[in-house]
Amino acid sequence: MSGIDRRNFIKIAGLTTIIGLSGKPLADAFASQPAQASAAEKEGHVGKRWALVIDPKKCLEKEGCRACIDACHRIHNVPQFDNRKDEIKWIWKEEYEKAFLDQENEFIEDSLKEKPVLVLCNHCDNPPCVRVCPTQATWKRQDGIVMMDWHRCIGCRYCVAACPYGSRSFNWRDPRPFIKEIDKDFPTRTRGVVEKCTFCNERLAKGLPLACVEACPEKAMAFGDLEDPESEVRQLLRNRFAIRRKPYLGTQPVVFYLV
Amino acid sequence: MYDAGKIITGLILFLVLFTTPIWVNLASGTSAERPDIKLPVDEKQCVAATEYMKASHMDLIYEWRDQVVREELRAYHSLSGKEYEMSLTKTCLGCHSNKAEFCDRCHNYVAVSPYCWDCHTEPKEGI
Repeated sequence: MSGIDRRNFIKIAGLTTIIGLSGKPLADAFASQPAQASAAEKEGHVGKRWALVIDPKKCLEKEGCRACIDACHRIHNVPQFDNRKDEIKWIWKEEYEKAFLDQENEFIEDSLKEKPVLVLCNHCDNPPCVRVCPTQATWKRQDGIVMMDWHRCIGCRYCVAACPYGSRSFNWRDPRPFIKEIDKDFPTRTRGVVEKCTFCNERLAKGLPLACVEACPEKAMAFGDLEDPESEVRQLLRNRFAIRRKPYLGTQPVVFYLV
Repeated sequence: MYDAGKIITGLILFLVLFTTPIWVNLASGTSAERPDIKLPVDEKQCVAATEYMKASHMDLIYEWRDQVVREELRAYHSLSGKEYEMSLTKTCLGCHSNKAEFCDRCHNYVAVSPYCWDCHTEPKEGI
């Protein structure tokens, strides 16, 4: 009788099974895992969770100031409709009571209550618009920007209905004739497409600040990375009390308003 | 078959008449005039080989679109080793600045109407 008896056979079979089962996890554990740096990290701004902090007290020092709105709408080819029904908005002024429906403090500072508030897409951590989009034309990027792919938008307007902040506008009409001067570096949209603020992702990729932040004459806005404890936004949030729009909805907006 | 002679003659006549354009073209030795496109003067090198661009530029542009919008990648490394920004309006139209005499002539010839221009603007386009 050559070779193998029952006892050895069972030993070898057992050993093989153990090696076989542990092989994959072991191989994975030993395999080097070079963390692939995302393109955004290679060039331009390095960040993990973008946020915008607005100081309403500094904002609108000059009455009727529209510097940020004009700058944003100019470089992003946002059309200007006179009819409010057709209006397209990326960043706009909202009355305090409407912007902060949940602020029940009747006796909050008058300087806050009396001025309109600048509102824009909140780039929520938990964006309802993303969940309802049937074509993934809107999605949340790694760095938290709620991005839009206008090529893919079919104009179903589920996102418009889902957004609790009214941050999404639908192009009911061809926007081109209503753009004063087309910026050729940025596309326009067509009829039947939803649009909104995209946190100037095209500028961030080049290492430029947000257009609204840059344009503000009062420096009332700060943009930065929430993941970085030393960033300007974190410093501001550490030292001042901040409110967000409709926090009870659990969408976790990253646009903060200092009070 | 009744009236076989008439029917067959009629069929032959129909076929000859129906295919007249082919015979006329063959006889005269001409074909439809190919589009006369204007190539950029200053730049000789495209992002990929001419043959590939002729046949598949739309695939390349679609790929660029998805990479820029969805993957956050903006640099394209061509086979010649040059780096380009993946941008229709900046890179493509940067050289092919005459849309009417480059893009449109060919697109009209093959009767396609890409909707790129519904949103993206040609550098010189006066709107």
